[in-house]
Amino acid sequence: MNMSISLELNGVAREVILDDPRVTLLDLLRERLDLTGTKKGCERGQCGACTVIVDGRRVNSCLTLAASCDGAQVLTIEGVADGDALHPVQAAFIAHDGFQCGFCTPGQIMSAIGLIAEGQAGDDPERVREGMSGNLCRCAAYAGITEAVLEAQKEMTERDRRHAA
Amino acid sequence: MNNFDYVRPTTMSEALAAASEPGAAYLAGGTNLLDLMKGDVARPSRLVDITRLPELNRIEWLPDGGVRIGALVRNADLAHDSAFARRFPSVAEALLSGASAQLRNAATVGGNLLQRTRCNYFYDVASACNKRAPGAGCDARGGEGKHQAILGWSESCIATNPSDFCVPLVALDAVVEIEGKAGRREVALEDFHRLPGDAPERDSVLEPGELIVAVRLPAEAADFSGHARYLKVRERTSFAFAVVSAAAALRIEGGAIIAARIALGGVAMKPWRARAAEDVLTGKRPAEAAFRRAADIALGAAKPSGDNAFKIELARRIVARSLTLAAAGAPDRLPSLPASPFAATAGVLLHV
Repeated sequence: MNMSISLELNGVAREVILDDPRVTLLDLLRERLDLTGTKKGCERGQCGACTVIVDGRRVNSCLTLAASCDGAQVLTIEGVADGDALHPVQAAFIAHDGFQCGFCTPGQIMSAIGLIAEGQAGDDPERVREGMSGNLCRCAAYAGITEAVLEAQKEMTERDRRHAA
Repeated sequence: MNNFDYVRPTTMSEALAAASEPGAAYLAGGTNLLDLMKGDVARPSRLVDITRLPELNRIEWLPDGGVRIGALVRNADLAHDSAFARRFPSVAEALLSGASAQLRNAATVGGNLLQRTRCNYFYDVASACNKRAPGAGCDARGGEGKHQAILGWSESCIATNPSDFCVPLVALDAVVEIEGKAGRREVALEDFHRLPGDAPERDSVLEPGELIVAVRLPAEAADFSGHARYLKVRERTSFAFAVVSAAAALRIEGGAIIAARIALGGVAMKPWRARAAEDVLTGKRPAEAAFRRAADIALGAAKPSGDNAFKIELARRIVARSLTLAAAGAPDRLPSLPASPFAATAGVLLHV
């Protein structure tokens, strides 16, 4: 049974034909739309490597059916930079060594963007660590990740203030 | 994953009709159902995606002061609703102590009530499990018992309900609103989940095709807002299921307890309300001896279902500790590590 779904994917309207209702958002991105920045780790919602932002909220794309995303706005790691200019969270991960092997990094960055948008953590490192606990890093770059999230949040807050002024 | 029909109704009556055939399952956040389907533990023949039923997505304040939470409200949205969290701080704390931020953004109120046990033997299709395959036996008996029951278990099943959210809800007399082809009915949350008995395949009193549409908290539940806490012991401080948890809520006037609410999580196949323990606190001063006595009564009927006798003493201590924390007062802002026994709250003893 084919079904057609509409997505706004990284700011671009897309119509996608699904030939199987079992396709997850993760598999749609990686296997059918060639957006392999989003990683498949555990595939069970435990590691966070597949984190993307759907309608402004960070979610595990491995536990999201593509069919259920009909009409949604989806943001992946491929859509966060502004041309050659890195997103502040990307830049902060580089500045603070927020990764080693890099496999979990797209999920970490998307999760951090979601966390900053949620606005619950403030500048408390403990709240940042708690808010990032859905993203595992087997290289254990957690100290750098926490620093990167805090710095990116500060940078984005200041940028917003400059824009508002 | 087995194949299935996918339908996405836009009205309640379409949804109920679509789910009336055997093998149909409702899909909301999908965080538990898709996981179970990937493991071949659940094999629905049809998924009825209810995420486009707009009337289920609201938090409504009722004229009498109670609140009606739509079944599709996401866990994170409820926990971060400031009016809700102010009136029901232990519920917000329980929600934020569960899962990860990504999962809380997807998981729904109705789905939380219906999540299946996290018993490893239920998840492992190579193990015998009476809940997954009635009559197959129970490989959890004699197995690893840390997450297994100490209350209300039977020879056929020793699994536990993994919900954090349901624990303070049952303590605060939540009511479940259910829609079915025969109309709407209501069930107290305390009566919603079933103990295993000899039919562990049935987790709740929900009939096939019925849909949870809302959960209500009565106005009286907000009377505990100044003294309500949730405390959860788990293997790591974040993103882990409870080994034992407890919700405690007190009303204190003139230095004495005039009402108490206690429920436990991680100890039985349902969120475990401890009414006898509540009763002995009425009229007492909020002090350690009274809390310990209440904890002894709460665990009076407990017995190990395997190598988990430690959970009985652990649960006693968590009940007493949660009462101590509740007596000290709900914090103005939830702690950075919600429900953690290791979270320091100003003015509260860490060890009691």
